[in-house]
Amino acid sequence: MSTVPDHLRYTAEHEWVSVSDGITRVGITEYAAEQLGDIVYVQLPESGAAVTAGEPCGELESTKSVSDLYAPVSGEVVDVNPAVVDDPAVVNNDPFGEGWLFTVRVDGDPDGLLDADEYTALIQEDGE
Amino acid sequence: MGTDIRRTPLHDVHERLGAKFTDFAGWQMPLRYTGDVAEHTAVRTGAGLFDLTHMGEILLSGPQAGQALDYALVGHASAIGVGRARYTMICADDGGILDDLIVYRTGEQDYMVVANASNAALVAGELVDRAEDFDTEVRDASTDYALIAVQGPNAVSLLAPLTPTDLSTVKYYASYPTTVAGRPALLARTGYTGEDGFELFVAPDDAEAVWTAVADSGEILPCGLSCRDTLRLEAGMPLYGNELTTELTPYAAGLGRVVKLDKPSDFVGRAALAKAAGETPARKLVGLVTESRRAPRHGYPVVDPADGARIGEVTSGAPSPTLGHPVAMAYVDADRAVPGSALAVDIRGTITPVDVVELPFYRRSS
Repeated sequence: MSTVPDHLRYTAEHEWVSVSDGITRVGITEYAAEQLGDIVYVQLPESGAAVTAGEPCGELESTKSVSDLYAPVSGEVVDVNPAVVDDPAVVNNDPFGEGWLFTVRVDGDPDGLLDADEYTALIQEDGE
Repeated sequence: MGTDIRRTPLHDVHERLGAKFTDFAGWQMPLRYTGDVAEHTAVRTGAGLFDLTHMGEILLSGPQAGQALDYALVGHASAIGVGRARYTMICADDGGILDDLIVYRTGEQDYMVVANASNAALVAGELVDRAEDFDTEVRDASTDYALIAVQGPNAVSLLAPLTPTDLSTVKYYASYPTTVAGRPALLARTGYTGEDGFELFVAPDDAEAVWTAVADSGEILPCGLSCRDTLRLEAGMPLYGNELTTELTPYAAGLGRVVKLDKPSDFVGRAALAKAAGETPARKLVGLVTESRRAPRHGYPVVDPADGARIGEVTSGAPSPTLGHPVAMAYVDADRAVPGSALAVDIRGTITPVDVVELPFYRRSS
């Protein structure tokens, strides 16, 4: 059973977000990292780019497959995590911590996100 | 296709080991346990343990078992020595590949045909039909066997204490009836990883005891289907459904050597294959390497870097854990298939330079 921290919010595409003072930090969930297998390449949006909730904004490549990375919120990318570009294994090893991907400046509270219970139910349906 | 998902007799073992599962050809199979790269590396540098029970085993026995297979397959089964094995194929009348197989001759009048999981039922049905006029019994014995593979440079030293057979005398592509961990097993020096190794055909009820004994015999990682794919890709081994399809003859797949046109008897597909033998295939299977970190993958177009014209298609591709860069196999127009040629692959909209190289990408040091 994958960890689903209570303090984060989630999308059905397996991203997590944490909101603090209008800056949203984004990553992929432990469940997503486990499904992908060993991640070997991460392509992230650039700082300053505009991203739109639900739209692809990068990709994650593992030995087995490639997955689009979807923006969980709309806004301007403030920062990207160079550590995961240099060493994508960080995403597998610490998806909710050192393996964060990028931050976005959002206006107001983003909507349409799942809480931990809702996301847990979703991945259980996925057949974990 | 039924909706019942089949589980191997090792399913509980895999669950205890924390396997991630995948549905494959109607079976729930372990995809990975620890991680793809760790499992891949274990097979290249030490040893890995695989559950391959989803493969199909079809037995032929009787006075004309060999002749029946000579007619049914493109290879010369009756010329295989007792105890030896051959890589071969079963083709349709039009020469298209129905499956690639390993045929083990286990006795004067006994053969075991091992088929890919996704084709096992089709192959069994074809063998029954094609053997109809021969004095042989054909039986789909897939449920009689669990198949456990031990692959890697340490396979001999790990298995040796568990079997009375002197493994140093077991030839490549040969099989021996013996015991492993005290259980009856057909032990074969075959595999699909590019490494030395063994495949153990055992009774389903013995699978857990044999698996556990091998797992406990030293440093060996349980390995899933995911790393199996990158291992065979590095070794340049074709995968049915990727490099081999009904649309291709063995000649078109670069494997014309498996077709024994000179065998004395007729066989299914002979006329079409004799014709194909004299033709130059329009496309050739090649290896591609790239310095990009994005891998060419199955189905991506191979294009001319000068004008973007489509000149081929990737059949398999992945980042190579051993080599540290992506590798791919692709069919490309024959005049562009020369090693050293600079081509490109359209990787999700980005034209990415690739170089044609000889297969395999990886060859173990002997």
